[in-house]
Amino acid sequence: MPKRTDIRKILIIGSGPIVIGQACEFDYSGTQACKALKAEGYEVVLVNSNPATIMTDPEIADRTYVEPLTVASVAAIIERERPDALLPTVGGQTALNLALALDDAGVLSEFRVEMIGAKREAIRVAEDRELFKRAMDEVGLVMPRGGFAHSWAEAEVMVEETGYPAIVRPSFTLGGTGGGTAFNPEEFEEIVRAGLAASPILQVLIEESILGWKEFELEVMRDLADNVVIICSIENFDPMGVHTGDSITVAPAQTLTDVEYQNLRDIAIKIIRKVGVETGGSNIQFAVNPADGAVRVIEMNPRVSRSSALASKATGFPIAKIAAKLAVGYTLDEIPNDITKKTPASFEPTIDYVVAKIPKWNFEKFREAEDVLGTQMKSVGEVMAIGRTFKEALFKGLRSLEAVSPLRLADVPADELQRKLARPNSQRFSYITYALQQGVSIEEIHRLSKIDPWFLEQLRDVMSVQERIEGKRLEEIAPDDLREAKEVGLSDRRVAYLTDRSEGEVRARRKELGIVPVYKRVDTCGAEFESFTPYLYSTYEEEDEAAPTNARKIMILGSGPNRIGQGIEFDYCCCHASFALREAGFETIMVNCNPETVSTDYDTSDRLYFEPLTFEDVMNIVDVERPEGIIVQFGGQTPLNLATQLSEAGAPVIGTSPDSIDLAEDRKRFGALMRELSVPQPENGTAVSPEEARVVAERIGYPVMVRPSFVLGGRAMAIVYDAKSLDEYMRTAVEASPAKPVLIDKFLERAAEFDVDALADETAVVVAAIQEHIEEAGIHSGDSSCVLPPVRVAEEHLETMRHYTRVLARALKVRGLINIQFAIKDDRVYVLEVNPRASRTVPFVSKATGVALARVAALVMAGAKTLAEFNLPAELTVNRFFIKSPVFPFAKFPGVDPILGPEMHSTGEVMGVGETFGEAYAKAMMGAGLTLPCRGTAFVSVNDSDKGQAVLLARRLARLGFRLLATYGTAARLREVGLEVESVFKVNEGRPNIVDAIKQDEVALVINTPLGRASHFDEQAIRRAALQHGVPCVTTMTGAHALVDSIAACGVDGNTRPKPVSLQELHESPKSAAQSPRSGAGVRL
Amino acid sequence: MTKTDSTKTEYALLALEDGRVFRGRSWGALGEVCGEMVFNTSMSGYQEVLTDPSYAGQIVCMTYPLIGNYGVNAADAESARPWVEGFVVREASRTASSWRAEETLDAYLKRWSIPAVDHIDTRALVRHIRDRGAMRACLSSVDGDEKSLVEKARASLSMENRELASVVTTKAPYEVAAEGVERFHVVCYDFGVKTNSLREFARRGCRLTVVPSSTPAADVLAMKPDGVFLSNGPGDPASMSAVVEEIRRLAESGTPTFGICFGHQLLGRAFGGTTYKLRFGHRGGNQPVREQSSGSIEITSHNHGFAVSAESLPAEVEVTHVNLNDNCVEGMRHKRLPVFSVQYHPEAAPGPHDAEHHFRRFVELMESERA
Repeated sequence: MPKRTDIRKILIIGSGPIVIGQACEFDYSGTQACKALKAEGYEVVLVNSNPATIMTDPEIADRTYVEPLTVASVAAIIERERPDALLPTVGGQTALNLALALDDAGVLSEFRVEMIGAKREAIRVAEDRELFKRAMDEVGLVMPRGGFAHSWAEAEVMVEETGYPAIVRPSFTLGGTGGGTAFNPEEFEEIVRAGLAASPILQVLIEESILGWKEFELEVMRDLADNVVIICSIENFDPMGVHTGDSITVAPAQTLTDVEYQNLRDIAIKIIRKVGVETGGSNIQFAVNPADGAVRVIEMNPRVSRSSALASKATGFPIAKIAAKLAVGYTLDEIPNDITKKTPASFEPTIDYVVAKIPKWNFEKFREAEDVLGTQMKSVGEVMAIGRTFKEALFKGLRSLEAVSPLRLADVPADELQRKLARPNSQRFSYITYALQQGVSIEEIHRLSKIDPWFLEQLRDVMSVQERIEGKRLEEIAPDDLREAKEVGLSDRRVAYLTDRSEGEVRARRKELGIVPVYKRVDTCGAEFESFTPYLYSTYEEEDEAAPTNARKIMILGSGPNRIGQGIEFDYCCCHASFALREAGFETIMVNCNPETVSTDYDTSDRLYFEPLTFEDVMNIVDVERPEGIIVQFGGQTPLNLATQLSEAGAPVIGTSPDSIDLAEDRKRFGALMRELSVPQPENGTAVSPEEARVVAERIGYPVMVRPSFVLGGRAMAIVYDAKSLDEYMRTAVEASPAKPVLIDKFLERAAEFDVDALADETAVVVAAIQEHIEEAGIHSGDSSCVLPPVRVAEEHLETMRHYTRVLARALKVRGLINIQFAIKDDRVYVLEVNPRASRTVPFVSKATGVALARVAALVMAGAKTLAEFNLPAELTVNRFFIKSPVFPFAKFPGVDPILGPEMHSTGEVMGVGETFGEAYAKAMMGAGLTLPCRGTAFVSVNDSDKGQAVLLARRLARLGFRLLATYGTAARLREVGLEVESVFKVNEGRPNIVDAIKQDEVALVINTPLGRASHFDEQAIRRAALQHGVPCVTTMTGAHALVDSIAACGVDGNTRPKPVSLQELHESPKSAAQSPRSGAGVRL
Repeated sequence: MTKTDSTKTEYALLALEDGRVFRGRSWGALGEVCGEMVFNTSMSGYQEVLTDPSYAGQIVCMTYPLIGNYGVNAADAESARPWVEGFVVREASRTASSWRAEETLDAYLKRWSIPAVDHIDTRALVRHIRDRGAMRACLSSVDGDEKSLVEKARASLSMENRELASVVTTKAPYEVAAEGVERFHVVCYDFGVKTNSLREFARRGCRLTVVPSSTPAADVLAMKPDGVFLSNGPGDPASMSAVVEEIRRLAESGTPTFGICFGHQLLGRAFGGTTYKLRFGHRGGNQPVREQSSGSIEITSHNHGFAVSAESLPAEVEVTHVNLNDNCVEGMRHKRLPVFSVQYHPEAAPGPHDAEHHFRRFVELMESERA
């Protein structure tokens, strides 16, 4: 069937900010879909609130709206754009839910928008577990016993059928939020109640436990002619009971006979037909009883998913791109396979390697959270590795994770070991290898962990290879043994550890013996046909297929797995570098190991190496490719940490020199430079012991900001107010060493903070943006909302920041991007931090200014053009207010205090664009998932130093029609100025208290600044209650003022119509200077 | 085998007739075999591959690198014994993990004296065959001399014009009862039939008489069967001129006839068409085949090194199915006679079940011919 000509304009909904369970895989799928549809001649309208995505680049779609993903906002876009069709299947659960909501609200029928890809009925059947279960019954497929409960009373009845343990899953939530496994009635009640609260339709599924069964997934595609193909099978290393997003997964399935596999295939085809997903990809999950092969259907996602992104990368079959083409009427046999060119997409990929995906967790950032894995996803990112054996793939994957310090276990008591093996946790892998080393039998480990013995055998094989070299002199190791160590995936670093030598020595010895990797191609077909796409992975075998060219080439190092502090923003920068350099005539080579990203799409760069980002793996590629330049400054801390080592090994790192990068990171060298340049810094020092720390702190005065060296996202960063806490911090929170001392800075209380991004080379410095943080100093810059242009700073300070930016860029000989953090305290501008590399805010600034900073920087770095030749102004301008706001994963970590601080906790961000600050902030808040309260009761409880501001704030709230509620101290102060306030108990003052009020939905807004240690417990309870009940909760005064601005902008009735604006409009017809927001801003403070 | 020999035989060599030699590790049985070097791209189903009689005379390399993970069981055997000459994989699993496993693959191959090699760059081997075509090879864990092995490969029989049906066929006719009510009687020519084909007929109420490949048409017609099934099998269809003649008689008798794979090729020749050797064949479970009249696509299981030439077929024979990868003939039917055939394996095992409907189609054909 040819493509449809009755539709012309297609709306695509993105997935919004990165959250746990929904990460940059949807940037990958959305970007592919936009590109595919545009290439077919359709006009593509895109809406996504996440500015850090490639998909929201103005070139990817015809009209790009970085606007909140709410019904009102998207309805306004539909009204404006009048698309013929809506593709809801490439933006994750968010897009699917929003499409349904738009339909429910009558928007789609009113504007005659047809849903393509998956119809409403199919989405409903797949997503509503009750309907799905009925559908499965009708075709004779078995799901786990149990049913749906809409109340605690129903749940109590249900559990009698399922027994314990019982699995509880709330309907329509992301990543299984609110779900869990109950082993007893007490846990059951707790989980059911939380699940009912989390489910937007107040429904939970209660099921028999199939804990310990094997888990499999199939990626299925169907076209309008009812042709169905399976793209990939995936087997979970971890058995049922661990969310598939938290499982190590392997493709293809390893332990199924063909009879069993074909049975799953038949079932999958039956399901996609029964549910009625007309076109595109779906993911179906199965449980298989290891004792008798019994199969249970777990669930189906009628859309592109995290697993389909993985399947695309694992096989080379671009699921989202093909899904988009199928949605407009093509059949599979009409679409060519890009990799083989000669064969069609109507086939099932076969692979001749093994793929392992390993999740990355950030438990260390949520100290109160228990490190236990269950049916609720907790990982923040993942790596994928390709090897010719499972062992090789697994160990390449493990080193791709960049574990800060690998867990080296010793003397683990037997009972603890048993517990760790039996209860899935993020470190379980280390415990398994430890158990194997201790001689625990595979049967016993299997009995406890339910991990298939085949996987455990593979680990034991690797252990035995290790034993053959451990403790030997490097030169004494038989070449075959060293080769085998490499074949099973052991890193040079691991071999160095086992032989007590340096990584460099191992590398040298290895090369001397000719033990070097070869590169094989991912080709969808097991080498049956020739591959025209250099999508490569390393292995230790005979034949090399890399076939490097003699072109001028630049290698770009990606950012590895997503984690808090290093996410999609850096992938955005890497992709842009690749796009720009390709256009400039360079061959681009991407190296990355994150399967969710656009950078690991095989057509983003000329060549893709799906490899770990370690010195060893990168240098091996450098040896083969001999690029003329390597870009390490765009992928965040991961490649930056390799800069010096690569450079010393002779790899041509381009852009700002590794020495300058080191200068900016090295506290002592940097301090000297700042003194030399007369640029003020907060007073600071370093310490390796608690005693030393106390001396430094006393010299510079409390409060102080403390943190370890060389960390990401403010890991273990804290503000310390006295000697006792400093001692505690030094003893428990960090491991300090002379090489990595603890950094101690004077903490500038209540200072205003700014992020400046700039471009520089020897010919020019361009200040791209001065972004003002909404939250005051002390909140990690990644967790603070920020506004562009700045709204409450004197021109002279702006000028000072510009000046320092130029001075620092020159002093550090920056070639490319630089990011500087400033603070203003008592009318003095301080430099907090300088990062001569791409920052987290580059995509946001690029979208706000219309200048793609990463592109310009890449061309400057490669020497294709000087910065002066771009003819950019000395400072870029914006013609609206742009706000970037973070989103947080606190809801996934029960027991964690959702308060902001110097350690970053946000996983993603949204952007709000508006004519006024209030409008922009309102959009950002809505984009971040907050429902702005327009009336009701505002609860105010602030510390003494905030009481003055609280009065102003309370007055504004009262004027907007809010009732005021406050704790006794705050209430007294507000009454003094004549405000009408009700008072309420704190948690420890009696009942009913403020938490009760929140739980009874009596509070619409919480403003609660920390009072200090004494009331810590109290405040935490308030914040958690607010989080659970979806009540906006602000913990800083500046944040509260901004929120009130946005409430005011929404109008008292809350019905102000959204005014969406596309990026193309913003940047094609700039407003005149007279209308610049700087002059028209009605911003208080 | 002496003790000193066994230390040498830790390694095994695979030598191709064009001189390329791969050095790997011996597993399965010790020994030396020659055969046509082919590869299969199925990621599961190695046991079905090993026991498929169509692989007689061939050394099979699996493109999926990890083989043996789930062991071997009696139920998944496609015939009474493995037929491959030798077996080549990237990494053989020495342990088996499956509730269905009865022994490890290594033990099974030892039991049946099938030599095997692992730890070689199988992707390089596959690319070599893909680019240069299927060729003869010698796999040895007893002779360590590369030159000698290349010579042995060159001296071995070529698959072209090779007749192997008589090697794999049943020595005497036997019956397979229908499951449930018997509705039809089908005579199955055994050129190397797979158990699952028989099962597919039995499931549909067919009683089968499985006869040796040399059975004359007259003997078959004397049984007054409702239909004749021409099975898959090894070897070059061009080597079967006598059998082709019998098949032509059967087809022209008006007896409903269904051929798969080798049986399809023989039918093609019986109708006056020619067959030719493919460069490296189709072996795997992911081949897209389009049914020409409806345009619908099935993902099918293949195992063939020869194909029917479309141009050579007479006007009375219609090509019904083509392979989307290389446009080769995958199915045909006679416009006048109740005869059809497919080049691929509707019985799957291993592979997807998309083409299972051909058995139903044949039953329907027998039904309509009876009426």
